[in-house]
Amino acid sequence: MASGVMNVTTAALDWLSAAFDAPLARAVVFGVHIDGHLVVEVLLIAVILFQLSRKSYKPPKKPLTEKEIDNLCEEWVPEPLCPPITKQIEAEAPILESAAGPHTVVDGKEVVNFASANYLGLVGHEKIVDSCIGSLEKYGVGACGPRGFYGTIDVHLDCEKKISNFLGTPDSVLYSYGMSTIFSVIPAFCKKGDIIVADEGVHWGVQNGLYLSRSTVVYFKHNDMASLESTLEKLTRGNKRAEKLRRYIVVESVYQNSGQVAPLDQIVRLKEKYHFRVILDESHSFGVLGKSGRGLAEHYGVPIEKIDIITAGMGNALATDGGFCTGSVRVVDHQRLSSSGYVFSASLPPFLASAAITAVDYLHENPSILETLKNNINILRKGLADVPGLEVTSSSLSPIVFLKLKKSKGSQNSDLQLLEKIVNRVLHEDSVFLVLSKRSALDKCRLPVGIRLFVSAGHSESDILKACESLKRVAALEIA
Amino acid sequence: MVRLPYFSALTTLFSYGLLFAFGQLRDFFRKILDWFKSKDLHGYAPICLGLEDFYTRRLYLRIQDCFNRPIASAPDSWIDVVERYSKDNNKTLHRTSKISKCLNLGSYNYLGFAAADEYCTPQVIESLKKYSPSTCSSRVDGGTTKLHVELEEVVARFVRKPAAIVLGMGYATNSAIIPVLMGKGCLIISDSLNHNSIVNGARGSGAAHLEEVLREQIADGQPRTHRPWKKIIVIVEGIYSMEGELCKLPEIIAVCKKYKAYTYLDEAHSIGAIGKSGRGVCELLGVDTADVDIMMGTFTKSFGSCGGYIAASKEIIQHLRNTCPAHFYATSMSPPAVQQVISAIKVVLGEDGSNRGAQKLSQIRENSNFFRSELSKMGFEVLGDNDSPVMPIMLYNPAKIPAFSRECLRCNVAVVTVAFPATPLLLARARICISASHTREDLIKALEVLSKVGDLVGIKYFPVEPQKDLADETQKKVE
Ligand SMILES: Cc1ncc(COP(=O)(O)O)c(C=O)c1O
Repeated sequence: MASGVMNVTTAALDWLSAAFDAPLARAVVFGVHIDGHLVVEVLLIAVILFQLSRKSYKPPKKPLTEKEIDNLCEEWVPEPLCPPITKQIEAEAPILESAAGPHTVVDGKEVVNFASANYLGLVGHEKIVDSCIGSLEKYGVGACGPRGFYGTIDVHLDCEKKISNFLGTPDSVLYSYGMSTIFSVIPAFCKKGDIIVADEGVHWGVQNGLYLSRSTVVYFKHNDMASLESTLEKLTRGNKRAEKLRRYIVVESVYQNSGQVAPLDQIVRLKEKYHFRVILDESHSFGVLGKSGRGLAEHYGVPIEKIDIITAGMGNALATDGGFCTGSVRVVDHQRLSSSGYVFSASLPPFLASAAITAVDYLHENPSILETLKNNINILRKGLADVPGLEVTSSSLSPIVFLKLKKSKGSQNSDLQLLEKIVNRVLHEDSVFLVLSKRSALDKCRLPVGIRLFVSAGHSESDILKACESLKRVAALEIA
Repeated sequence: MVRLPYFSALTTLFSYGLLFAFGQLRDFFRKILDWFKSKDLHGYAPICLGLEDFYTRRLYLRIQDCFNRPIASAPDSWIDVVERYSKDNNKTLHRTSKISKCLNLGSYNYLGFAAADEYCTPQVIESLKKYSPSTCSSRVDGGTTKLHVELEEVVARFVRKPAAIVLGMGYATNSAIIPVLMGKGCLIISDSLNHNSIVNGARGSGAAHLEEVLREQIADGQPRTHRPWKKIIVIVEGIYSMEGELCKLPEIIAVCKKYKAYTYLDEAHSIGAIGKSGRGVCELLGVDTADVDIMMGTFTKSFGSCGGYIAASKEIIQHLRNTCPAHFYATSMSPPAVQQVISAIKVVLGEDGSNRGAQKLSQIRENSNFFRSELSKMGFEVLGDNDSPVMPIMLYNPAKIPAFSRECLRCNVAVVTVAFPATPLLLARARICISASHTREDLIKALEVLSKVGDLVGIKYFPVEPQKDLADETQKKVE
């Protein structure tokens, strides 16, 4: 059929060219032979051009009439603002009736507290409370304005200086909220098109920062250096364009989601090999790791300049609130204009900055407290080694001791329910306050859930043993 | 909205053009100089990007001294501004031990709770001793103290909503809550002048002429797929912090109700500051709070503390408690700061057994209206509505920003000037925030200084209204 059509067409064309050939035979215009072929081809091209120049066919677009819009608006039914609350909601968090120190009061009962990241035991410390009182009397509570507009109080500047002196960095900048630190810092330095390689186990603050930056984010396996290396290799090999982009590795020093510690020495080696910059969240290692509490870099003996951007929340070891970011003068100055959580939010209440100053001073003067903390971590880890059905999966350095189910029940939810039962019984029967690694539905972290114990230098040996005993007893009843 | 005068627009554009040209010229020479020195980046792309960094280096650094001025006192009506000096043309500033006592027209201290307060401070110190400055834990773990629970009840009662949730930072309240409520397929209609925290929250959720916009969006549905939107939320602010304007809440509510859109009201600047009993725009404009789906506000302003809240129906708050990441992961709000808010609200409501709250509220209204009318009479271009304690004065030209700020400081008046990132490039302005703790004498002094500086800098864009001598009026008042 198709060939038939072809034949007919060729025949017709032949006939046409022959017809044109006759009168124009051997005519030459500007040295070009004009024969029938040429005429037909020119005609064809003209037709094609004519067709191309016409608008393609579209059904005529009639705008909706007012009436139709009215109807649409009438018919439209929005979803409710929040989904119906299901049965399976978590129990309300316990309500504390005293300071969240190593011992606290819940429901009128004194309990041993493993829920607060009060690593150095500074909650309720007399010196810190005194410095806060002095500050409250002088400066009031809030700073009533962002840093740019008379919200910079001299203690903020002193605190920034204290932190950078302590860490040996050129400068640092304070944030008013621990979690907002990292999610403002990342978008301040990473924009659309930049490349970020991040650990898949980072906490929500980092995830949010990565999302807000709109950069290209590639995740590597949780704390797996081989995976990091192959990711970096894949991203850079033969990619000339990558050299022009800003490239970052984002890691946490102690992962809040698992209690793993990032091997900084290897990360720095890789970063230098592939020319990436490192953004390190030290929230759970600042004031904890290293001989004098200067964090992960000190622990690994890595010069602090090698880490481009360090952030940390101060609501953990320093037992105050807010956060800081430290690094080169350029890194810090850039944030003072471009970091949204810094520019657009009221500054840290001055008494919290005073508390931070006092806490850093205290740590500086009493480095032995770190030994106590390490000791406590070891006692706890040893005591938890043989809890039935549960295993310690955190690093031996980590002040967050992470207990995971040896055998998952099949889903995160059922795991959580079982663990929740254990934790509730431990609290109500033995007065030991433990917490789970609860996750928000918005959290993309898929690491296994578990029980988290925040060890403090303020815990006594008997506190820790009590927790171990209780866990063993309840776990044996619940898991077996 | 501002009507940019033609002449000012021209001169402003010209000034920025000049700054830009000279900046580029200097960058050009810098590049040549740097070229001689060896490159030290070794395969790293520069950490700060071209144009953004250009703005910092060539524009901002020149007038850096007008921002981030450190103070050595509470941000009360009078503050001790620390003097700074620079040895390298403003590139770096150093603190001195010298201070100058200045009248504070910059802080968001609307009700005067910034400084130590006879009722609040003893209670705050009491709570500090009992609970210490931090809980070192998040709200879902071990960070909920009795104070947090009390504050949530007090706030819900104060803003007249069934329930409330409190977070440790106003900014994060917006940026962490909006994504919880609105996901894919939901539309956020946000006022073009909304605060950055809302913009970031809106971005985090993947999702004007309000009525037109609403009709069009409902009719058209989502881009490309044209599926209908799942839900639409309209986000407005009570008082726009850079404009001083009140939002037209009754009209907005009416339209939203008609089109079944949800409303989200950010009362960062209005809660506590306006309304007969300090309950914000709803009270001032006579809107039933039941008609606003979500009411958000911060404690950093009127209440002189830190943190923010969301008040809404019980179900929504419960949903937020179950999902909001800031509730799950962030260190809970510092207990003494929580106490400060509780005590401040009690003062405002008169539950402290005095009428100081009512006095503060009438004081701020009187102060604001007096100051605004005097400024307008002098011929300044003042934005915003009556009753609003925020009053921006238009400056326009970039050269007038530092001139105005420095001259005022020289006369011991601390003002805030706002330029590009916070406002559109051409609409630089000074912003005045009035406080209930300003006395009439303070305000008169401020007006005298502003008038003098305004003449000097040339920002009285409007004709001066014939007026009686200010001093005369004071005399009458004093008598
Ligand atoms: C409208 C609006 N929302 C939210 C915020 C952020 O509040 P905070 O300073 O408590 O972080 C501000 C602060 O300037 C604001 O103006």
